[in-house]
Amino acid sequence: MPEPVLSAAHIDKSFLDNKVLDDVGIDLMPGEIHALLGENGAGKSTLIKILTGAYTHDAGTILLDGKPVHPRDTKHAQEMGVGTVYQEVNLLPNMTVAENLYIGRQPLKFGLVDNRKMERDARALLSRYQLNVDVGSQLDTYSVAVQQIVAIARAVDISGKVLILDEPTASLDQHEVEVLFGILQRLKADGLAIVFITHFLDQVYEIADRATVLRNGRRVGSRAMADLPRMDLVTMMLGHAIADTHALRIGGGRQPGGLFASFKDYALAGKAAPFDLDLHEGEIVGVAGLLGSGRTEMARLLFGIDRPDSGELTVKGKPCKLREPRDAIALGFGFAPEDRKVDGILGDLTVRENIAIALQARQGWTRPLSQKAQVDLADRFVRALDIRTTGIEQPVKFLSGGNQQKVVLARWLATNPKLLILDEPTRGIDVGAHAEIIRMINSLCDQGMSLLVISSELDEIVAYSSRVLVLRDRAISGELRGAHISVGAIVKMIAMQPEVQDA
Amino acid sequence: MSRPLRSFIKPQFIALALILLLNWILFPGFFNLFFRDGRLYGSLIDVLNRGAPVAILAIGMTAVIATRGIDLSVGAVMAIAGAVAATMVGDGHPLFLVIMAALAAGLVCGLWNGSLVALLGLQPIIATLILMVAGRGIAQTITEGFIVTFNDPGLIFMGSGSILGLPTPIIIMVTLAALATAAFRLTALGLFVEAIGVNRSASTYAGLRSRALLIGVYTFAGFCAAISGIIAAADIRGADANNVGLWLELDAILAVVIGGTSLMGGRFSIPMSVVGALIIQAMNTGILVSGFPPEFNLLVKAALIIVILVVQSPLAGRIWYFIAPSRKRPPPSSPAETPATSTEGTLK
Ligand SMILES: Nc1ncnc2c1ncn2[C@@H]1O[C@H](COP(=O)(O)OP(=O)(O)OP(=O)(O)O)[C@@H](O)[C@H]1O
Ligand SMILES: [Mg+2]
Repeated sequence: MPEPVLSAAHIDKSFLDNKVLDDVGIDLMPGEIHALLGENGAGKSTLIKILTGAYTHDAGTILLDGKPVHPRDTKHAQEMGVGTVYQEVNLLPNMTVAENLYIGRQPLKFGLVDNRKMERDARALLSRYQLNVDVGSQLDTYSVAVQQIVAIARAVDISGKVLILDEPTASLDQHEVEVLFGILQRLKADGLAIVFITHFLDQVYEIADRATVLRNGRRVGSRAMADLPRMDLVTMMLGHAIADTHALRIGGGRQPGGLFASFKDYALAGKAAPFDLDLHEGEIVGVAGLLGSGRTEMARLLFGIDRPDSGELTVKGKPCKLREPRDAIALGFGFAPEDRKVDGILGDLTVRENIAIALQARQGWTRPLSQKAQVDLADRFVRALDIRTTGIEQPVKFLSGGNQQKVVLARWLATNPKLLILDEPTRGIDVGAHAEIIRMINSLCDQGMSLLVISSELDEIVAYSSRVLVLRDRAISGELRGAHISVGAIVKMIAMQPEVQDA
Repeated sequence: MSRPLRSFIKPQFIALALILLLNWILFPGFFNLFFRDGRLYGSLIDVLNRGAPVAILAIGMTAVIATRGIDLSVGAVMAIAGAVAATMVGDGHPLFLVIMAALAAGLVCGLWNGSLVALLGLQPIIATLILMVAGRGIAQTITEGFIVTFNDPGLIFMGSGSILGLPTPIIIMVTLAALATAAFRLTALGLFVEAIGVNRSASTYAGLRSRALLIGVYTFAGFCAAISGIIAAADIRGADANNVGLWLELDAILAVVIGGTSLMGGRFSIPMSVVGALIIQAMNTGILVSGFPPEFNLLVKAALIIVILVVQSPLAGRIWYFIAPSRKRPPPSSPAETPATSTEGTLK
């Protein structure tokens, strides 16, 4: 039996009085892809932050190649051959793509940074990921998915022994996921140990050799994927069995009500080609499309974050104008954005304030929600969405990624929206909570809410939608309804040539 | 739900008490108060009275800093408001009109700052630097280059009169602090200001009018600066465009930081900023009464800044947490490693 490359044992970690890891261990073998699984808040990210020196542990040992190590910080871990992409990708948004890939190890020429070589190398590196972007552009001009790939490419490039990826596929399309998996397989063949954290169990079964499951900060066990049935895995994660959410479809038999909002000839140069969009009460519209097809741009227009060059909006027959999100909210719209760290959470504010803020903003500053009303609201959603927190007065930045996402969802559900726009709504949310959220959304739509879901997960689109719009090149290129909705049909439509579509 | 008593024991109160005690040791008559001509006198009253202008500036500055901004122009705005008041009262306008005009001048200045920050997207430090530099020029233009003196009893009352036995500036300071605190905390305004300070983009997505709010807080800061300017002018019975309020913006910022509002925006407390201003003034007074040279004051202030920065650092927070007897209570500043500091190493 080969020796593990990296082996951690008896790791304890507390934040103040909150013990989040209790006697946890993990062994990483060379040439294996090891899934680290567990509910939101189980302690996955905390464990890998300890392994890579981002956090200090209270007790336990970490062995690298059999020798105890004490990584001081991420850079130190990198020098020892452990590369990491954290859940909240932390690149430098106002530097170029190439600089982000090579910062700290830029190629030099006569003592100066050789920009030409750096950009050439960057292009070559990214071409392995089939990513064709201008490496001289500022990173934040690109979508979350592109930034994610840049972070992965960087980590892969610097890790010699161990590569740790914390939810790397959360905002990637099927295609990019396949490309990434191809690369992981090659690295695995080269003998790298890879840790892969995700909530997509399909992906786990596709690529992982072994899985370690955490629950409430304790290790439930490590098992080979080959003899671990899906239901057993879910039970290990949640501590109880749940109905297979795979089969859950809420869009199918839905009968849309009256017209709620109607966007006509909406367009913004360079962002969205003119489109018409009618949203009905109780209807769930899914928006699918490849990376860069303009999904998020469309959502930003619908919510008034960007103003269209042209186009009209009528809500319930009345003409309206969206100058800023506030106007959209006044009409009963809600929008949970894709990038929760930048556009979603208010990190230093409490869970309670984060949940109440949109409702409060709609009521206006002169009519404050009473403390009691806020507490009731927060308590209700913390319970309904099972948000793991030490209390509603905890700053939201201390919550785990998935729990932060639930807080952002709760914020919008609390406004009782008439139209809810969700951009990658379940990014980072675990299987149990996912089922709960689908149920909640279903009952809201039964009461007449109309929902627009943007997702790179086609399964998710299929599960939700009563109508699917397919975007390509920033224009709506096709539509599927009712029984015609399936992953296969969407993939086909995405791949279809525009000429065929026009014919 | 009553908060435990110990959560009211803030380091700022301890610091203020220590400094006052030190003053008392240096000058045993420090706590003596006496009543004469219907008014209280004494060093303690003096601290409050002298501290009022900076405290009033700090009230407005608190809101600005909470939005992750800064206002360097408040000293210059004091000069403008003082100049407007002095010239108008000299021209024989009624007191009410004079005060209104001076306050309006402050509002316009704040509106200008706020528009540069919110509409043009300038960095607050640059945006307000413009008026900091230009403001004294504007004030001089208003006074036509002279030190305009006046002896209108109404205006002088603002600086050296008394209400209910207390000097007018103290009454104004307390009233303004109470009104501002009520305006922020009895409405949702305080939450909104904290939200845009924490994350402006997310606040806009959540439906806050970030631009209007930003313009609002800078306007409020200008308004507070105008009040301070009127008091300062009334105190010396004249408008000295070059010297009134000089460097006071820095004292105001220091007061806010001592009060515990972070320069990174977010959580703020107006009453604590006032306490911060009083700490600064107690130090000034202490150095004055003790007979040390005034230059000494600057050194002590520098030392104080260092102490504050250390006390507010995450390290101290952790130490505080471990020495505090009850482990139930979170430490005053960020307790453990935050995700922000923990992941920034990715690229280093
Ligand atoms: N800096 C911190 N301060 C306080 N508590 C923290 C901190 N970081 C994490 N926690 C807590 O530790 C627990 C585990 O968090 P962690 O981020 O490891 O979860 P996770 O398994 O990665 O979940 P997710 O799937 O949602 O990403 C959570 O309850 C979280 O609230
Ligand atoms: Mg996590």
